[in-house]
Amino acid sequence: MKFGVVVFPGAYCDHDCYYAVKTVTGKPVEFVWHQETSLEGFDALVLPGGFSYGDYLRVGAIAKFSPVMRSVKAFVDRGGLVIGICNGFQVLTESGLLPGALLKNAGSRYVCRYLHLRTETSSTPFTSGIERGRLLHIPIGHGDGNYHADEDTLHRLEDNDQIAFRYVDADGGPTPEANPNGSAGNIAGIVNEGRNVLGMMPHPDRSFDSILGSEDGCLIFESMVTALTHA
Amino acid sequence: MQIKVIVTLKPTVLDPQGMTIQRNLETAGISGVNDVRQGKYFDIEVSDDVAEADRRALVERLAKDVLTNPVIENYQIVWD
Repeated sequence: MKFGVVVFPGAYCDHDCYYAVKTVTGKPVEFVWHQETSLEGFDALVLPGGFSYGDYLRVGAIAKFSPVMRSVKAFVDRGGLVIGICNGFQVLTESGLLPGALLKNAGSRYVCRYLHLRTETSSTPFTSGIERGRLLHIPIGHGDGNYHADEDTLHRLEDNDQIAFRYVDADGGPTPEANPNGSAGNIAGIVNEGRNVLGMMPHPDRSFDSILGSEDGCLIFESMVTALTHA
Repeated sequence: MQIKVIVTLKPTVLDPQGMTIQRNLETAGISGVNDVRQGKYFDIEVSDDVAEADRRALVERLAKDVLTNPVIENYQIVWD
């Protein structure tokens, strides 16, 4: 079982993701440069946070044309697991691997803090080890995390159980006050219809050790290992 | 060949940048502005090497697939 961390120019959470995955899973991890076209031998990929290609034009917009993304699409079609965190989520929506788009935060401010996520489904390879409804303590750090999709898409996400996480208050309520960026339905993370692609704005790669304030991020990486072990 | 492409957010999409500009116009001594929507403007020069028959398709593709995210934006091409 091997993990890859895709490195776009301007990524800055690549080493965090590498270290987090290696530490939590104990599995081999390799960096994958954005010019790479072969993903042979990888079972799961992480698209890390940062500002890919400076995030010029739109967040994640230039990254979708990088050679590696063509291979990532084929990798997804083959059933490989892909988790996009923060800028990685933005790249996945721009690439059409996940529906919707990430807009500027409703309050115009970059928000960097710990918050509560409610796990909305256990029926994904990324959340199989987390009971539905469980609250996770995981931080965000972004200026463009306002999840947007048209009404039809939002209904489809609900109907297909594709919403993985929502921003909630300490009691688990998806209130407007608990929504840090204006995301539709307090959505913090979604999976694709095939359930092998997860995009989330919060950072499990910044919450995998008690010294960082939380270990809850481990649950996501551990779920991926479980899914790949039983695949 | 010079072309301009104007990209705007769809009317249903929130524009915090435009709202921030609009909200602070009073302090700049400008009143009477109800709404500001911020967009993008691109000046594009297409090489003369591209056959004239292919230019339209090339610019359409550039505007649609690269400069615009159809989930949140609309585009308008201004042909000189």
